[in-house]
Amino acid sequence: MARAAVLGRLTWRVATVIAVVDETPRVRTLELEVPGWPGHLAGQHVDVRLTAEDGYRAERAYSLASAPGEPPVITVERLEDGEVSPYLTQDVRPGDAFEVRGPIGGYFVWRPDEGGPLFLAAGGSGVAPMRAILRHWRNSMSGVRVRLLYSSRTFEDIIYRAELDGEKVVHTLTRAQPPGWTGYARRVDADLLREVAWPADDGPLAFVCGPTSFVESVAASLVGLGYTPGRIKTERFGPTGGR
Amino acid sequence: MEALDGNAIGGMLSHVFGREMTMAQAECGSCGARGPLAECEVYLGGPGVVVRCRACQHIVMVFVEVREMICVDLGGLSDFEVLAWR
Repeated sequence: MARAAVLGRLTWRVATVIAVVDETPRVRTLELEVPGWPGHLAGQHVDVRLTAEDGYRAERAYSLASAPGEPPVITVERLEDGEVSPYLTQDVRPGDAFEVRGPIGGYFVWRPDEGGPLFLAAGGSGVAPMRAILRHWRNSMSGVRVRLLYSSRTFEDIIYRAELDGEKVVHTLTRAQPPGWTGYARRVDADLLREVAWPADDGPLAFVCGPTSFVESVAASLVGLGYTPGRIKTERFGPTGGR
Repeated sequence: MEALDGNAIGGMLSHVFGREMTMAQAECGSCGARGPLAECEVYLGGPGVVVRCRACQHIVMVFVEVREMICVDLGGLSDFEVLAWR
């Protein structure tokens, strides 16, 4: 099924919103029904296209947050000056439809046979593809060790908070922490990665997704810790969340 | 303007080339750096899409859409290798 997903030309398909989950005050998850959806791999994304009544079109890319075999799901962070995200996070209702193109991407894709251990680092809404990867890791009963380091501004900004509440997830809150917070409370830097990331000697495979500055900093630090550059997969979505 | 990366244009690349392209190996015509297109710098804010070498910022690819037609300039590349999709 996954193979068919990337063969042939991509076409725009109509996606109907099946369910809506408000993850945080600014972030919403949309479960989609897309007739003819060929299936997707963990880490791929879709392009969403909105067309205004006057014909004006806007497109944005959003990571798929569901595992292979599950219906396509996207998680959208609202950008106040955005053309697409305000609609997707505030106005859209179950039953509404828009166009999607996908699945897209072959580089930022995790397959269970690529070895490990697997180290995931996400900033903000960059956690969306990590949910797909973690679910795929679980569903495939992969034997590799996995750990997600997830940086959020505040506790209220943690996306998928209930799902990402296990021993495999290490949280850091960079702006404010609730009383009694026992996780990290600082930005992700080389020192934090030295504590949390798998040692380079273990031959880890890393996926890093988030704002551009986060990804550049984490990737450079991982290289500094001895990670093989070709085993660090990166995906950037700009100054603030678009994915 | 902050750079994105080649993942962000995966959909457009698939549309233009008819297949998954983020794993294609791009070789910079200026400094010779070589790597997956996904790792190149991508700028979406202008009238077209500008792809730059991450090592030296040389412009390696430009895409401009004009009325449903996409004009492609690959002149900044010295080599472009499309790998078999697994």
